[in-house]
Amino acid sequence: MRVNGKGLIDRSAPVGFTFDGVRYDGFEGDTVASALLANDIRLVGRSFKYHRPRGVLTAGSEEPNALITVGRGAEAEPNTRATVQEVFEGLEAVSQNRWPSLGLDLMAVNDLAAPFLGAGFYYKTFMWPRAFWEKLYEPVIRRAAGLGALSGLPNTDRYERAWAHCDLLVIGAGPAGLMAALVAARAGLDVILADEDARMGGRLLAETHAVAGKPGHGWVAEVLAELSSMENVRLMPRTTVTGAYDGGTYGALERVGHHRPRDDARRPRECFWRIVTRRAILCAGAIERPVAFRNNDRPGVMTAGAVRAYLNRWGVAPGRTVTVFGNNDDAHRTARDLVAAGVHVAAVIDSRPGVTLEGFRVISGAEVCNASGAKALESITIRHQGREEKIATDCLAMSGGWNPSVHLTCHMNGRPTWAGDILSFVPSPGAIPGMDVAGACNGAFSTAACLREGAEAALRAAEALGKRAAMPDLPLAEDDPYRIAPLWHVPGKGRAWLDFQNDVTVKDVKQAAVENFRSVEHMKRYTTQGMATDQGKNSNVAALAVLADATGRGIPETGTTTFRPPYVPVSIAAMGAGAEGPGFAPQRFTTSHKAATERGAPMIEAGLWYRPSYFPAPGETTWRQACDREVAMVRNAVGICDVSTLGKIDIQGPDAAQLLDFVYTNTFSTLAQGRVRYGLMLREDGFVMDDGTTARLGEQHYVMTTTTAAAGLVMKHLEFVHQCLRPDWDLSMISVTEAWAQFAVAGPKSRELLNGLLDQPIDDATWPFMSCGKIAVQGIEGRLFRISFSGEHAYEIAVPARYGDSLFRLLVARAEGMGGGLYGMEALNVLRIEKGHITHAEIHGRTTAFDIGMGRMVSQKKDCIGKTMSERPGLMDPERERLVGLRPVGAVRQILAGAHLFNEGDAAVRVNDQGYVTSTCFSPTLGDTLALAFLKRGPERYGEKVRMVDHARGVETLCEVVNPVFFDPEGGRVRG
Amino acid sequence: MRITCPICGARDSREFSYRGAALALQRPAPDAGDDAWADYVHLRENPAGDTRELWYHEGGCGAWIVVTRNTVTHEVRSAELAAEVAR
Repeated sequence: MRVNGKGLIDRSAPVGFTFDGVRYDGFEGDTVASALLANDIRLVGRSFKYHRPRGVLTAGSEEPNALITVGRGAEAEPNTRATVQEVFEGLEAVSQNRWPSLGLDLMAVNDLAAPFLGAGFYYKTFMWPRAFWEKLYEPVIRRAAGLGALSGLPNTDRYERAWAHCDLLVIGAGPAGLMAALVAARAGLDVILADEDARMGGRLLAETHAVAGKPGHGWVAEVLAELSSMENVRLMPRTTVTGAYDGGTYGALERVGHHRPRDDARRPRECFWRIVTRRAILCAGAIERPVAFRNNDRPGVMTAGAVRAYLNRWGVAPGRTVTVFGNNDDAHRTARDLVAAGVHVAAVIDSRPGVTLEGFRVISGAEVCNASGAKALESITIRHQGREEKIATDCLAMSGGWNPSVHLTCHMNGRPTWAGDILSFVPSPGAIPGMDVAGACNGAFSTAACLREGAEAALRAAEALGKRAAMPDLPLAEDDPYRIAPLWHVPGKGRAWLDFQNDVTVKDVKQAAVENFRSVEHMKRYTTQGMATDQGKNSNVAALAVLADATGRGIPETGTTTFRPPYVPVSIAAMGAGAEGPGFAPQRFTTSHKAATERGAPMIEAGLWYRPSYFPAPGETTWRQACDREVAMVRNAVGICDVSTLGKIDIQGPDAAQLLDFVYTNTFSTLAQGRVRYGLMLREDGFVMDDGTTARLGEQHYVMTTTTAAAGLVMKHLEFVHQCLRPDWDLSMISVTEAWAQFAVAGPKSRELLNGLLDQPIDDATWPFMSCGKIAVQGIEGRLFRISFSGEHAYEIAVPARYGDSLFRLLVARAEGMGGGLYGMEALNVLRIEKGHITHAEIHGRTTAFDIGMGRMVSQKKDCIGKTMSERPGLMDPERERLVGLRPVGAVRQILAGAHLFNEGDAAVRVNDQGYVTSTCFSPTLGDTLALAFLKRGPERYGEKVRMVDHARGVETLCEVVNPVFFDPEGGRVRG
Repeated sequence: MRITCPICGARDSREFSYRGAALALQRPAPDAGDDAWADYVHLRENPAGDTRELWYHEGGCGAWIVVTRNTVTHEVRSAELAAEVAR
């Protein structure tokens, strides 16, 4: 019910929303939880395991009970905390984990079976038969237990990721955080103030005491006004700092769109921030812990601080007759504020003896031992001086004390320290490098202490960053002592809840101890305490106090479990924002991409590049038809292929030749200017890294080409060799892959084609095989290389990338006029297999120069990367699997890549393995299947027959071992 | 994690790629023998504490950097240009 004259909500702005289909009214500034309580809705959810009726417990992000699904269909967001979700016009919320309805939940039968469903129930019960695990037990358990359900539909919402940088990150905008931000900002630091609430101010919005002589929220408003006016301050409300990481990096989740209608498709739902800061101050406050007693999970039993927050911030009395139960002075404030607001307080029950207060009935030295009422609290039973008494009440405000929110200080393996005076853990100093801690999260609970610690921490931050700052006059505020006596659970029959969200009771923790799960980490996993979406924010300290008691140890010896990021649940959609579909990886397109796409070429991915697979001609229905035609075109006329994706590294300097000699197995210092040479590159362990051609354009100028796949790897390798191994060599290198558009012009008519295009015609004398140099096309300077991957008389012509599209179209038009045309990756692959040329299918990281028949390319006259290790006996063993060609000789003509090879008479089992197939194609040139393979003693076995067996696809083919160069073994065609 | 590239300044570790121990800088002579080469190519320390390792500023200036890092605290103690360390 609303309380007149209370709250910071805007009563002039009513907001309508629905819960389980029923329309309710709230006000601007309400959360779903406060609006439901204002409408006297007490039952908001069902518990995880026992389907117990549950109501709102807290007023913050730690809420374990009031989880709702917001929105419908693909837009539904399950497990939204009603205490965090702001109301807006048209919001649709539904309850979770109940069937058929929240009021009548048939799964509540679980609660009757509770004696059998305690800790370890699953482990003990569902052990056999094993076959039932996946088919029966798991589906049934998953159906019965759980929280919200996903829609199963693709997420249509937008999410973002962003980076922010600052001098000082202040986490939490309560009294400590506001004071810290103010002092630091005045000292000139770049400050980010992040707070998970929609409205900054922390507990000052929920309390009635004055700061600097005015209401707390009034002081907050003044500070925020000053901070907002400063250019060096960024205020980030609705932003939860979720994790502390190395190097002053913090993760934070900003709720951008959850609090308003989806009226702008561009607005993201959430933004996941990575905030990099030089210093941080944690001012995360504290979380009140419940007291465990029988049926303490009844709707209407709430934390005392939450009751106060609903009254003071939202103008809501969560009950008409409230009782307060606690073990500390802070709980009394709830009673005082309620009475002052005109709400009836039936009694204050304080577990400590000798407590006297004025203005309401105080029962000192007493405990609440039971709560009654089916779907809402009706009465409590107290135990006082050996007698039990029933008190009618519809809301119990309980307080077991406050736990500083130390979570972030533990994200880098810091362990909190037990503070006996407040009966809780406080952060250990220096737990996160560069992070200071101030206020309630540091165990300083009075407002005055929060303000002072916040200011002091800001001064330390300013000093550390070399800024001068003065201690300000601190505003006058309450400095009441916080007195507390231990009270973790009230002994007695029945179940007393510790972890509301995962349905873990005192009995479960004791059971764990009895079964020797005495370590807090074991207890956690055995009982699942602290493993729900709230990560035990309400229950951890009490649970380990119960465990400490059950195992006869102190709480400090028992220790805590490890707090890990994220502090609150973070949607995967936010963390992976932008990385779906085409955003998953960068896309690289060649300059001919548009022209190729216009011709209907299907694209295949080569690393990040998109390359045309083939170019379908009218009438062709399969890729094979196009591929066969394209191969024949290259062999008989001329073909054009974009080869720009091959890595191109420009290397210049007096020591460029030396570097090439060192990274290649063969020699490049002896290469004449205007010539090109094939080179083989090894890793230092002696295996082949990459191959390609390198052209010498000038005395000190080379251009290296790499394979498309290894372009980045080779660049990194060359930089490593230069910077780390030969730093004194004078040379520079740069990747020019994207600077040049380069096209293969391959086939017997290639020169004829070029001579109609180049400004100066070429002939065999000036441009022999493996020559290179400058050319010009219509005045545009470019480069021409007479190299061949297809085995034909061929060239590669390169022009600056901005002329790529234009040159490509010119080349294609000319080729088509000569009976040639475009060829794609499929044809390129067939052409190279026919010639026995290798790709990374062969140099796959486990093959040596010796294996691929290039052992003699490892120069004996010089050192090179990988040379020493490549000479190990095992890598030169003739028994090794070495490159061969295969052709089918039997009725079956199919050879499959990945299939293994066996001797004719041997069984096709691993011990008889002779090798494997790496590449295969149908050769239209030779009219048969060809394959490249690695075979033990391969080159010594030409003419022998081997069995190819593909166990996976059930194919067996008898093959003849042949020279891997199937076509034109003399190489006459390349010389044209 | 953040690494201060001596050329570009402090950057997130996502800009860098990792290679391994800075031992890679100490390439043996070709005739150093099997043991020296096996150690160089294959054997690495696994210290709990300071370690020196090579990172490549792949998403930046292309510098190879020797990073001294504590494997226990994750603290990055220093970052030097490999070219200068190797000289």
